[in-house]
Amino acid sequence: MTSTGPGGGKARQGNPVMSALRTADNRRLAGLSAMRSRWRAIPRPVRILFGVAVAVFFYLLPNLAIPLIPTPDTNFASVLFTVAVYVLVGVGLNVVIGLAGLLDLGYIGFFAVGAYSVAIFGSPASPLATKYPWLMLIPIAIALSMVSGVILGGPTLRLRGDYLAIVTLGFGEIVRLIAVNWSITKGQIGIPSVPAPPGHWGNGDPIFGIIDTRPFYWLALTVVLICMFGVKLLESSRVGRSWLAIREDEDAAELMGVPAFKFKLWAFAIGAGLGGLSGALFASRQGFINSNSFDVLTSMLFVAAVVLGGSGNLAGVTLGAVLISYLPERFRGFADKRFLVFGLALIVIMIFRPQGLIPSRRRAVELEDRKREAAEEATANV
Amino acid sequence: MNFHFLFSNIGDLTVTGLSQGAIYALIALGYTLVYGLLKLINFAHSEVFMMGTFGALIAWNLTGLHENDPTPSLPMMVVYLLVGLVGAMVWSGVTALTVEFVAYRPLRRRNAPRLVFLITAIGASVAISEAVGVITSRNQYGMPDLFKTTNLATIGNVHITNVDLGVVVAAVVMMVVLDQFINRTRLGRGIRAVAQDPDTAALMGINKNRVIVLTFALGGVMAGAAALLYNLKIGVTRADIGFLLGIKAFTAAVLGGIGNLRGALLGGLALGLVENYGSALFGTSWRDVVAFVVLVVILMFRPTGLLGESLGKARA
Repeated sequence: MTSTGPGGGKARQGNPVMSALRTADNRRLAGLSAMRSRWRAIPRPVRILFGVAVAVFFYLLPNLAIPLIPTPDTNFASVLFTVAVYVLVGVGLNVVIGLAGLLDLGYIGFFAVGAYSVAIFGSPASPLATKYPWLMLIPIAIALSMVSGVILGGPTLRLRGDYLAIVTLGFGEIVRLIAVNWSITKGQIGIPSVPAPPGHWGNGDPIFGIIDTRPFYWLALTVVLICMFGVKLLESSRVGRSWLAIREDEDAAELMGVPAFKFKLWAFAIGAGLGGLSGALFASRQGFINSNSFDVLTSMLFVAAVVLGGSGNLAGVTLGAVLISYLPERFRGFADKRFLVFGLALIVIMIFRPQGLIPSRRRAVELEDRKREAAEEATANV
Repeated sequence: MNFHFLFSNIGDLTVTGLSQGAIYALIALGYTLVYGLLKLINFAHSEVFMMGTFGALIAWNLTGLHENDPTPSLPMMVVYLLVGLVGAMVWSGVTALTVEFVAYRPLRRRNAPRLVFLITAIGASVAISEAVGVITSRNQYGMPDLFKTTNLATIGNVHITNVDLGVVVAAVVMMVVLDQFINRTRLGRGIRAVAQDPDTAALMGINKNRVIVLTFALGGVMAGAAALLYNLKIGVTRADIGFLLGIKAFTAAVLGGIGNLRGALLGGLALGLVENYGSALFGTSWRDVVAFVVLVVILMFRPTGLLGESLGKARA
């Protein structure tokens, strides 16, 4: 039985469209890395100045009337807010998937815990309402989601990677089902009048009102920038280096004295905290939440955002999150088919460019390495 | 917690639990076979099952049997059962093979990390279920009645219907056939050999790719059988039924010991029972929570399952 199976190697090189696409993508990637090195050559103050300029641009975005970008069917500022929340989710999930290499399919669970924490403890309609101000509720939401992350991670992080993925999926579903069935979360009926951040304009109108969404966007953007900065710092710290080591080879890392379980748990908790924070922001903006917002498909969408953009790389993750949240809002007709498109995109990206659209340099090297090993093995077998 | 309800209805709950579990078991086979061979959770298998339910429906519609038609006569019923079975098996099998060719084979050639496989599997799963969802406008489709559900026997206060009995018997027969196939035939020996040690198996002249294709096809065919039984028992299908059943079937596979064929049957039946008892105890709205909690607990305390995992040592 020496015949090669169907779909052998020849067909791939013979396809001109595929190879053209491939060279185009390679050229794009080469340009990207050239840009990256040129960026590093610029003196530091100029870089900082440029970064500030970009940040200012993003703050002004809802006020600028740039053609084609604003969404025709929905309030642009509220779309921007959604995009910012997705980016925050992406940043958090990137810690878990991209840095520590743990596939978490139930990230929506942490998002839900954060959202429901604010609603349950803040809304006067809830039986467990407290008098805590909004600024107190956010840390509570983060803490509760971190605790749920530790509760989930503690027993399961010792499992192998793919089992972990299924357990997290189960967790996400359990959280949703609890939200559906519990008498306090009230399922579809949901919890109304979730508190918004405090503050009033000069004329007595609340800053974070329903009509003008821009303050919410600015708040979310600020949170995103702070969290990105924090994650960036973490990445280059001892913790971040341990994550990379664990991701690349857990056994080797353990032998080198990296307590893998401890750092994986940290990644899980930090990721969960960021997920909870984004959920809390989401709930505050909505003012009302019910169990419909937390289905597993959305969780898949989060994973798609991270993987599509380039897991392990903040710029990539941001791009992925923006694509996934902005495109369906910009093109409403596309909204129904978006899961289909993202599902297909996941397959195509994983097959042709498993490192994502804007790859993390380290991750790209890692994957290239494995490919070479496979090729060597293949020649050795012949 | 409603203990009174549980104990006064324990017989009926057992019967429905077993027939529900038999369907889980047949789907679980697909997970177990592929996992035993490739150490890969074929996440898209749930959609293979979903395609099977539509496959049977299409086959019936093509042969002139529609929803709300009067129940056919006995010989015609047998014919339609076979037609539905073939339709479901073909659709499921083709879907399973497509997933293998499109989503997994290119990655295997490249020795991709395991998580990459899982992500493409998720992509495939979402893509298939959404494609069907878009095509069917996310509507629910009813099945024609092949026969009336009748009560066959009443033992004490336990009712056994023809559907429940048929589902369980059919599932057990399929399992026995598959078990014999894996343990006694040349192709089955190939599967076991690759599961045990792919490199040595290749040295012994086994074409690994052919074995993988065969395994995916077997899993798909079993999912097709499960799909037919599901159609007969539940009577409706939708594009999104795969996810929940798939994850429960995976739970069943893990419960019995993933990679272990007999484990899949045991796990499926056990999960069906636990779920049914649990929903009697806590209320039906907590039914799925029970299944998920079982999954998490099993993975935490006994990840190798009840019978231990290994397809390579399938011969007891």
